[in-house]
Amino acid sequence: MITSTGWIIITAILAATSCALVGTFLVLRKMSLMGDAISHAVLPGIVIAFLVTASRNTFPMLIGAGIFGLFTVWLTEELSKKGRIFHDASMGIVFTTLFAIGVIMISLFAANVDIDQECVLYGEIAYVPWDLWIWRGTNMGPRPVWILSMVLLINISFITLMYKELKTYSFSPQLAATLGLPVGLIHYGLMGTVSFTTIASFESVGAILVVALLIVPPATAYLLTDRLHRLLLLAVLFGITSAVGGYYMALWINSSIAGAIAVVNGIQFALVFILAPRYGLLGKKLGGRRVSKSEPESISHPEPKDIRETLP
Amino acid sequence: METLIEFFSLQDPNIRYVLAGTILLGISAGALGCFAILRRRALVGDAVAHAILPGVCLAFIFAGGKDPFMLILGAFFFGLLSMVTMDFISRNSRIAPDASIGMVLSVFFGFGVVLLTFIQTTGFVDQSGLDDFLFGQAAAMVGDDVLVFGGLSAMILVVTIIVFKELKLVSFDPSFAQSIGYPVKRMEFLLALLMVLVITAGIQAVGVVLMASMLIIPAAAARYWTDSLRIMLLIAAGVGALSGVTGSFISYTAPAMPTGPWMVVSAAFVFFLSFLLAPGRGEIARYFQKRNFSHKVACENILKTLYSMEEEDGRTDRVRPGKELRKRRHLTGRTMKQVLSSLLRRKLITYYGGTPDGYMLTPAGRKEAKRLVRVHRLWEQYLSQHLQIAEDHVHEDAESMEHLITSEIEAQLRTSLGSPELDPHKSRIPYDTDESKPSGSAAEEDSKKSLAGKAGYKPGEKGKGGAS
Repeated sequence: MITSTGWIIITAILAATSCALVGTFLVLRKMSLMGDAISHAVLPGIVIAFLVTASRNTFPMLIGAGIFGLFTVWLTEELSKKGRIFHDASMGIVFTTLFAIGVIMISLFAANVDIDQECVLYGEIAYVPWDLWIWRGTNMGPRPVWILSMVLLINISFITLMYKELKTYSFSPQLAATLGLPVGLIHYGLMGTVSFTTIASFESVGAILVVALLIVPPATAYLLTDRLHRLLLLAVLFGITSAVGGYYMALWINSSIAGAIAVVNGIQFALVFILAPRYGLLGKKLGGRRVSKSEPESISHPEPKDIRETLP
Repeated sequence: METLIEFFSLQDPNIRYVLAGTILLGISAGALGCFAILRRRALVGDAVAHAILPGVCLAFIFAGGKDPFMLILGAFFFGLLSMVTMDFISRNSRIAPDASIGMVLSVFFGFGVVLLTFIQTTGFVDQSGLDDFLFGQAAAMVGDDVLVFGGLSAMILVVTIIVFKELKLVSFDPSFAQSIGYPVKRMEFLLALLMVLVITAGIQAVGVVLMASMLIIPAAAARYWTDSLRIMLLIAAGVGALSGVTGSFISYTAPAMPTGPWMVVSAAFVFFLSFLLAPGRGEIARYFQKRNFSHKVACENILKTLYSMEEEDGRTDRVRPGKELRKRRHLTGRTMKQVLSSLLRRKLITYYGGTPDGYMLTPAGRKEAKRLVRVHRLWEQYLSQHLQIAEDHVHEDAESMEHLITSEIEAQLRTSLGSPELDPHKSRIPYDTDESKPSGSAAEEDSKKSLAGKAGYKPGEKGKGGAS
C-alpha cells in the first residue's frame, strides 16, 4: 500500500518527467514561453468544462483545456502573422487576456464553480492522494497518477517514434524542411504534446510549476551536454531530483510543494550554471585561460574547431 | 444609469481613490509598454511582474503587515534582481533569452509562493490582503495606497516625458545612439528601472499575474493607429486609462468582479477593435486596400490587353469583342464586368454597340496603356541590362512591377537606361512622343502579314513581347 506521501512524490515525478521530455524540445526550439502561455490560457477551458459537466470530472476538463491550449498556439501565430506584431507580444496578449477571462468567469459563476484561481496558479498536489479514481467500486489509486502516466506514455512514444525528425527539427527547422520532413506535422505534434503535458500536470501542480518543470531542468541539462539523448536523460534526472527534493523541502518549512519544487529547480540551475565544466561560469573562465595560454601554439597549429560549439 | 452617474459624480471618496489609482497606472503602464514592445521585450515584463512576489512577501514578513513603502521597496528590489538575473544568464551562457525569462519567472514566483504559504501557515496577523497581490484588488486601495502607488506612476510618467528623446533613440537604434555618444547603457538601465517601477506600481491594482498585459496590450493596440512614437505613447496611455476606468466601474457596479482582469479584458477589447478598424494598418482597411489594388491591377491588365491587340494588327479603329478579352485575361465574368464598367466610367475605353460589338481604347486609355507597356518594358530592360537576368526570366517580375512603378521611378529608369528603343525581347518601347499609332517592332511585321482578326495571340512567340 502506497502512502499519501508516496502518491504525492509519484505524481510529482511523473509530471517532472513528462515536462522535462517535451520541455527539452521547447528550450532547443527557443519556444520556452509557449508552456507558460498554454498553462495560463487554459483556464477558461477548465471553467467551461466545469460549468458544462457541473462536476470536477477530469476528462471533460482535460478536453476543455486541450482545446484552449491548441487555440492559444494557433491564435498566437495567427495574430503575429495577420496583426504583424512580434511573436512574444502576440503571445503576451493572447494568454493574459484568456487568463483574465478565466478569472472573470470564476468570479461570475462563483456559486457554481468550485475552482479557485490560486489553485490554478500553484496547484494542489498535496490533495492528490484524496482525488481517487473509483472504478466499479474498486479503488484504483489517485486519478492524477493515471492521467500523468498516460501523458508520459504518449510523450515517450511520440519522442521515440519521431526521434530523428525531432532532432533535426529542433536544431534547424530549415534543414528539416529542406530534407522534406513534415515540419508542420512535427511542430503541431510537439505543440499538442506540450499542451497535454501542461494541462495534465498543471491540474495537480499548478501553472507556474509547469513552467518551471518545462524549462528549468532542460536548460540546466543544456549547460552540461551537446548530445540530444543525454540532454533528455539529464533533464529527466534533474526534473525527478527536484521533485523529490522539493517535496521534502516543503515538508521541512511547511510550505507549498509546487513552489518548493520550483525553488529546487532554481538552485539546481544556479549550481550547474556556476560549475558546469564547459558552459558554466567557472568552466568558461578556466577554459578561457587555457586557450590564452596555448595561443602562440595554436597559431602555428590551428586546431579544428569543435563542431559542437557551433551548434545553436 | 443611476450607478453610472453615481460613479462618475465621484461623490464617494473611495471611488476617487480607486479611479485615480487605476487611471494613473493605466497611463504609465501604457506609455512604458510602448518601449517594451518596440524593443521586443514584451514578456520580460511578465517575468518581472511574477518575480516581484517574493519581494512583496519578504516586505510583509519584515514590516509585519502591509506597509506600502516596504512593499514597494521589496517589490522594486526583486524586480530589479530578476531583470539583472535574466540578463546575466542569457549573456553568460548558451541559454536563449526566452528560456532565461521562463526560468526567472517560474523560479522567482515559486519562491514567492513558498513565502506566501509560509506566511499563511505561520499565522501572521493581517495577512488576509496578501493574496490580492496575485490578482490585484484595486477596490481595496485606500488613501495612503493611492498616494504612494499613484505618486509612483506620476513620477514614472514625468521621467518618461523628460527623457523621451533619449529613450526613443535607444529603442530604435542603440548602435546609432552609441556612435553619437549617447550613454546607451545608462539609458537602457533607466528604461529597465522605469519598467520595474511601473510593474511595482501596478501590483496593487492588477496583481502580478496580469501586470504584463497592462504593458503589452495598450501599446500593441496603439501601434495600429500610428507610426509616430510620440502619438503611439499618447494613444497607449489613453487606452490604459480607459481600461482603468472600465475596470473600476465594473467592479464598482458588481463588487464580486475583480478589477484587474476587467482592466485586461477591456484593454484587449480596444486592441481587437484597433486590429479590425484602424485606418491603414487595421484588418478591414487592409482588406479594402487589397481589393482596390487587385481591381486596379485587373483594370490595367485589360488596358494592356487592348493595347497589345492594337500592336498585333496595327489598327486602333477596330472594336475588340469582350469574349476575346476574356480569353486572354482569364477573369471571371463578374470581375470582367466590374473592370470594364470602371474603365468605361473613367472614359479609358468606349463601347461600340454594333456588330460585332466590343471595346476600344480612347486616346486617354491608350496613353495609360502605353505608359504601362512602357514601364513594363523599361523594367525588363533594366533587369537584363543592370542585373544580368536572362531575357526569358524578366517578364514575370515586370508583370508585377508595372503596377507599382511611379512616374519618378520611370524617369529614373529612363535616365539610367538612356531611353532605349527596344526591350530585351526586341519589342519597341512606346514613348508619349511617338505618333499615337501603336508600334511593336517585330510584332508590327507580323501584324502586317496577318489579316486583322486572325492575328491571335501566340503565346511564347517573340518572348511574349506582344501581350506583355
